[in-house]
Amino acid sequence: MDKQILAVCAMDKTKVGGGAPIFYAADQDELSEIAMMISRVFGAAVHDLHNGVLIIVKH
Amino acid sequence: MKYLFTLIIAILGGFLARLYMLRRDYRQYPSYPQGWAIHLFLGFIGGSIGAIIVPALLEGEYSAVSFLLLAASQFREVRNVERQTLSAMESTEMVKRGTAYIEGIARVFEARNYLAIWVALSVAVTSELLVGLGWWRTAVCGVVGVLLTVVLVRLMQGDKISDIATVELTDFRFEGALVVVGETVMMNVGLPDARKVYEERGLAAIIRPNGPNAKATLANLGQMQAIAHDVSSMIGVYMDVGEQEFIPMVRRNPSVGSLHVLMVASEKDEVAFLEAIRRVPVLEGAIRKPLTSAAGKLVD
Repeated sequence: MDKQILAVCAMDKTKVGGGAPIFYAADQDELSEIAMMISRVFGAAVHDLHNGVLIIVKH
Repeated sequence: MKYLFTLIIAILGGFLARLYMLRRDYRQYPSYPQGWAIHLFLGFIGGSIGAIIVPALLEGEYSAVSFLLLAASQFREVRNVERQTLSAMESTEMVKRGTAYIEGIARVFEARNYLAIWVALSVAVTSELLVGLGWWRTAVCGVVGVLLTVVLVRLMQGDKISDIATVELTDFRFEGALVVVGETVMMNVGLPDARKVYEERGLAAIIRPNGPNAKATLANLGQMQAIAHDVSSMIGVYMDVGEQEFIPMVRRNPSVGSLHVLMVASEKDEVAFLEAIRRVPVLEGAIRKPLTSAAGKLVD
């Protein structure tokens, strides 16, 4: 498998669940910040699902 | 040593032909000086094979000719070595060349050795035909060698993107996190900071194929990757290791067959960006000609 979700960042706890590590944020700024931090650690890309959830995907 | 003159001038012809075919351009491949040393020596071997075949034939040494032809088949190994080298270096490239491009380069390097053999063979034949001409023999051999080299190199030159398509600058916009060029979604950029970088420094172009043949050629994934790689190596790319959102994107618009290129260049120079795309070579392995088939003509 060449693509994999490494982490999920969300504000609303009801929108997320499942196997990948989940990081909760209080607001939009914190959400972007933790997504950026995680993506730089893994060298991965951040994608926005347009519902307040960001996923970090290794391509 | 009655064939000494023929041997020397033919080997020299093959060697110089290989030297002429080595280019030092933006790709820096083969690398200088080690890569050059390897290919010049192979050119010397190729020239020797082409040169010795003629005296061997004249002397009726047919077993020698067979061995020489066997030696020529060893040049197939050149392609394997080039492929392995480039594949091994692929992980060090910010933007990958892609397997199709690597195959194309490997094929070119193999073919150039055969061209060196052809040049040496022709010079040797000319030299033996003109044995009684004295110094004129040298001049005619030189002319034959140069002419053949130029003609062969010209024939081997492939097309560039500008030969099969028109390239124009175009706009891109963000729909939420999606970068959109025309009606084609290029990628999902999740970070607001990255979107800002795109808005400030991003460049987008549209490559419109000139006909059904060009459309089929541009649809090749290897060709698309080659465009991304070559444009990045020519004008530079604005990214660090691991910043995947800034990898140059080439996407296809399925309704018209055009390609959209989106990248963040290290310098935002629109003219250089377009020129770089126009100069990307069309990969030999990507070329398709649907118009030569009956069904393809019906579709057109």
